[in-house]
Amino acid sequence: MLGHSLPHHGRMSETDAVVRVRDLRKTYGTFTALHGVSFDIVRGETFALLGPNGAGKSTTIEILEGFRDRTSGQARVLGIDPRRGGIEWKARLGIVLQSTGESGNVTVLEQLTHFAGYYANPRAVGEVIDAVGLTDKAKTRIGKLSGGQRRRVDVALGIIGRPELLFLDEPTTGFDPEARRQFWGLIDNLKNEGATILLTTHYLDEAANLAGRAAVINNGRIIDIGKIDELGGAEARTPLVRWREQGRLREERTAEPAGVVARLYAEHGGEPDGLEIIRPSLEDIYLKLVSTDASGAVGFGEPTSPAVESVIGVVSPEAGIRS
Amino acid sequence: MSVTTSPARTTNALPRTLRLGVSRIGYELKVYFRQGDSVFFSFLFPILMLAVFAVAFSSAGNLGENPDGSGGISFAAYYLPGMLAAGMLLSGVQNLGVDIAGEKGDGTLKRLGGSPLPVVSYFIGKIGMVMVSAVFQAILLLVIARFGFNVALPGDLDKWMTFAWVFLLGVITSCVLGIALSAVPRSSRSATAVVIPIVVLLQFISGVYLQFSMLPGWLQNFAGIFPLKWMAQGMRAVFLPESFAAVEQTGDWNLGWVAIILGIWFVVGLLLCRYTFRWIREDT
Repeated sequence: MLGHSLPHHGRMSETDAVVRVRDLRKTYGTFTALHGVSFDIVRGETFALLGPNGAGKSTTIEILEGFRDRTSGQARVLGIDPRRGGIEWKARLGIVLQSTGESGNVTVLEQLTHFAGYYANPRAVGEVIDAVGLTDKAKTRIGKLSGGQRRRVDVALGIIGRPELLFLDEPTTGFDPEARRQFWGLIDNLKNEGATILLTTHYLDEAANLAGRAAVINNGRIIDIGKIDELGGAEARTPLVRWREQGRLREERTAEPAGVVARLYAEHGGEPDGLEIIRPSLEDIYLKLVSTDASGAVGFGEPTSPAVESVIGVVSPEAGIRS
Repeated sequence: MSVTTSPARTTNALPRTLRLGVSRIGYELKVYFRQGDSVFFSFLFPILMLAVFAVAFSSAGNLGENPDGSGGISFAAYYLPGMLAAGMLLSGVQNLGVDIAGEKGDGTLKRLGGSPLPVVSYFIGKIGMVMVSAVFQAILLLVIARFGFNVALPGDLDKWMTFAWVFLLGVITSCVLGIALSAVPRSSRSATAVVIPIVVLLQFISGVYLQFSMLPGWLQNFAGIFPLKWMAQGMRAVFLPESFAAVEQTGDWNLGWVAIILGIWFVVGLLLCRYTFRWIREDT
């Protein structure tokens, strides 16, 4: 299933592809950041790039935004090679970079009003400020906002120009849970308006909530790609029944957990100890994909170590079963 | 990485570039005057220096007096042209060199590079901001010199026409050189370490702090390669009495060469901006 086989792209006509990437490679000196990445994003779709730190997510997104040059391969964004994207091309994009440290000597309202002027048909500034939940802070200097509030300004600047394609590079880092929920609502509204979105995130629940499809990238390679609810294949989603028998932990992976529970109930003549039915979350599936990836390191910027494996074993019921 | 840098050429883009340039000037001025520290160092520095020199030498009598005690000028009057020239240099080279390197480091330029803002509009914003602040600075210097230190200012229009062109050409040349210089520091933290020694050295050898005619000939010639010497000379032509022209290198104010050298540096700076400016640092 995994490894070096070409990821499946599904069938889509070329005219629908807002982003089209083929065999994208990027090397920095002797280090290869991307080993040949291919995917498409169709109009109106929200596509997530998932992967550990240093996997190549930001390199990929920055090549598509026009900030970095690729070493080889093809890239088309809104039909244009991002190497040659001019002002008119940029006007059709919304870019939310990873958080920046700008000095912030202007107010939220001043910043958005100024940037709105760059676009031919911007959204109303007041509406955007409302949408990101900063109405009370409109006249506050950006430098005086909290990290999460500044991030919302970044998002507001990304959408002020009514982009056809929105890049969101770890948009909710530093948000509190309530702010993240609000942000997801905002993205839902954009999706309803037909925006195409490319998202990178460390939060798997965020990807599950927002994205239709995702690619899992590790060590510069796509190790799986597909609809969010099909990532990792059917097997990875098989529920797990877990219980205790004479003090020992027992597990059984089954497509029919209710049947197993009924059987256990009959065998034990009553309620089994510590009974759980676990449906692997996207996070479990993702962690298993990354930890079993044959291409080397697990991520965290370091080679696989027993310590890292055991951490994943604790987090993911999948990893425990593997051995 | 020509991707993000070359200004897009689209039909009818010029009005938009100019409109956004003007919008940037307002934005830049707002940001500039809200930063307390940069306002203090670049904006008020020449004014403070004039005050220091005027007060320090207040008991030293006048400069360039005839034996009968006539024709001399105060130290405040003598230092005024140099401080005006220093202000022109600092507003452009120091201010923009450090400011733009900082914007590269903190992500401001990356954000702009991902937006449909033309590079030229960004330059217009920076140059406009410097021009406005330099004009305020010069007015403040002149007012303080006149009313604080009783310096007589020229009365005839010719002198003020000379002031206008030397000032405009000098400030705009400083701006393009500052933008070009901002590409040199490898991080925003090293920006002041790169820029400050250059401008300090130039001020010492170009007749801002030290009387230019006292410097050895070879140092005068060396200083003559750089624009500050010519800005200071142009300002001396406006504010010092004609009798002081005799101690200049050629025995006169040599305004023709002021125009030529500043013009050359302007073109060189413009070309450097055009070919070296990047929204983000090279990825290697």
